[in-house]
Amino acid sequence: MLYGFLGPNGAGKTTTIRMALHLIFPTEGHVEILGEPVFGQGRVPERALRRVGAMIEEPGFWSFLSGRRNLQYFARTSGPRADRSARLGRVDEVLRLVGLEAAAGKKVKAYSQGMRQRLGIALALLGTPELLVLDEPTNGLDPQGMREVRLLLRRLADDGTTVFVSSHLLSEVEAMCDRVGVLARGRLVAEGPPSKLRGRADRLRVSVDDVESARSVIETLPGVGLEVAEGPRGATAVLLLRMNEGASAAEVNAALVSAGVSVSALVPEHETLEDVFLSLVEGSDVPR
Amino acid sequence: MYRVELSKAFFRLRTWLFALGLAGVALLPVVILWLSPGAGGGPPFFDLIRTNGLFAALTAIGLILPFFLPLGTGLLSGESIAGEASAGTLRYLLVRPVGRVRLVLAKYAAVMTQLAAAVVWVMLIGLLSGGLAFGYGPLPTLSGSTVETGTALLRIVGSAAYVIAAMAGLAAIGVFISTLTASAPGATVATVFFAIVSQILDSLSGVRAIHPYLLSHGWLAFSDLFRSPVEWSNILDGLALDAVYALLFLGAALVVFGRKDVVS
Repeated sequence: MLYGFLGPNGAGKTTTIRMALHLIFPTEGHVEILGEPVFGQGRVPERALRRVGAMIEEPGFWSFLSGRRNLQYFARTSGPRADRSARLGRVDEVLRLVGLEAAAGKKVKAYSQGMRQRLGIALALLGTPELLVLDEPTNGLDPQGMREVRLLLRRLADDGTTVFVSSHLLSEVEAMCDRVGVLARGRLVAEGPPSKLRGRADRLRVSVDDVESARSVIETLPGVGLEVAEGPRGATAVLLLRMNEGASAAEVNAALVSAGVSVSALVPEHETLEDVFLSLVEGSDVPR
Repeated sequence: MYRVELSKAFFRLRTWLFALGLAGVALLPVVILWLSPGAGGGPPFFDLIRTNGLFAALTAIGLILPFFLPLGTGLLSGESIAGEASAGTLRYLLVRPVGRVRLVLAKYAAVMTQLAAAVVWVMLIGLLSGGLAFGYGPLPTLSGSTVETGTALLRIVGSAAYVIAAMAGLAAIGVFISTLTASAPGATVATVFFAIVSQILDSLSGVRAIHPYLLSHGWLAFSDLFRSPVEWSNILDGLALDAVYALLFLGAALVVFGRKDVVS
């Protein structure tokens, strides 16, 4: 499962992640990770955190040490012996997963931002986490790097890891996530699969020669509503139709043509996640 | 965590530059005396090196005690937590998870270990260079009698141990300040500031009433090891005072850091 945590800057994404990972303390409430309480009654944050891999905001490393040594030292810092040696044993594997094996011996201060970002992801993966929490993981990556990271996360999710990715990039979340939560001003304002959040109400843009005839035909069609009529501009006018569930562009076309209206263009317009997102964030009354 | 801390220090160029610098300081008295046999004045025990190379170790320890050692303590303890915060590694250590109590204690232990290594290093350089230049012999004490070379060596090791312990309080103060800020230089300066103010107050007779409670008051008491018999009271007072400072500020560091929101 790949979960996208979407929100504009300042919505509280990082704050939420910090609270979940026991870095900052909420004044009230309850946090649970993988069934283990992190805050609230009977909390044992260590037990939960040991099963989590995380990258919070930018990656952070000891810049005077090599990438490999950074991972080794993080592996050695805590935990039972078995856990430490398991992590140590995975160092080369996670370096390879993020494509850093060639640069692993270089000091981190010589790394580019993209390389540091990858090393951050490698660190998060070191403990074979059941839950992977990544705050803006594609920050600073070039398009090629972004693609690689997305594919890597997809693969991890398919292999059974729960991946929680925060982002302010809609396209990214839309392209890779199974589920999206939208955060605005500290509140979860919508949640669901991206397809559900997106176009319930699709639109159809139709170019016709006769606005009046088209208008009367459309009024008779079930599930189709006229939103805007523009024109006529020259020989054609454009109608923007709201297509409710069940309505199809083919039917609209057939009805118009059989009524003698000439249709020169028929363009379906999906309401993008961006529209939904913006309306949610601006606090308008988009459902859910 | 403790061992990782030491490995980090080991692989840091800075550590070895410091070691080199300290070696230079430790060699200084011997080199000066060797080059100009008439030199006088200087730090405690300085004049005596000519008669006995063992004194070079004591001079070196006395030389680093008021400035270099508090500076090193300030640097290491000041950056202990704040350095991780500004490097962005603190949050990754905490979610690893390294418990907060463990992190503070491991940092403190690592700081003290590095300081101990520095003092021992300086002592060894002093012993070696002093012995090579002027030879060893029975040590005259401040009380006028002499002690055997073996006993003298033991007392020199004792004074090194005392000087290490004398930094325990200051290191705890540094770690405490380090939990308050994400600026390692800030924490370092504040810690060194504390040490300097303590030494200034300790030299002002107008505030004699607070002298026994000043952090640096007992620092020079190691010279009492070179009386015959050893004058223990100042040494024990110094150790007790340091223990109080160390416990107080380590406790404060644990309390503050345990409840601190880590947003850096």
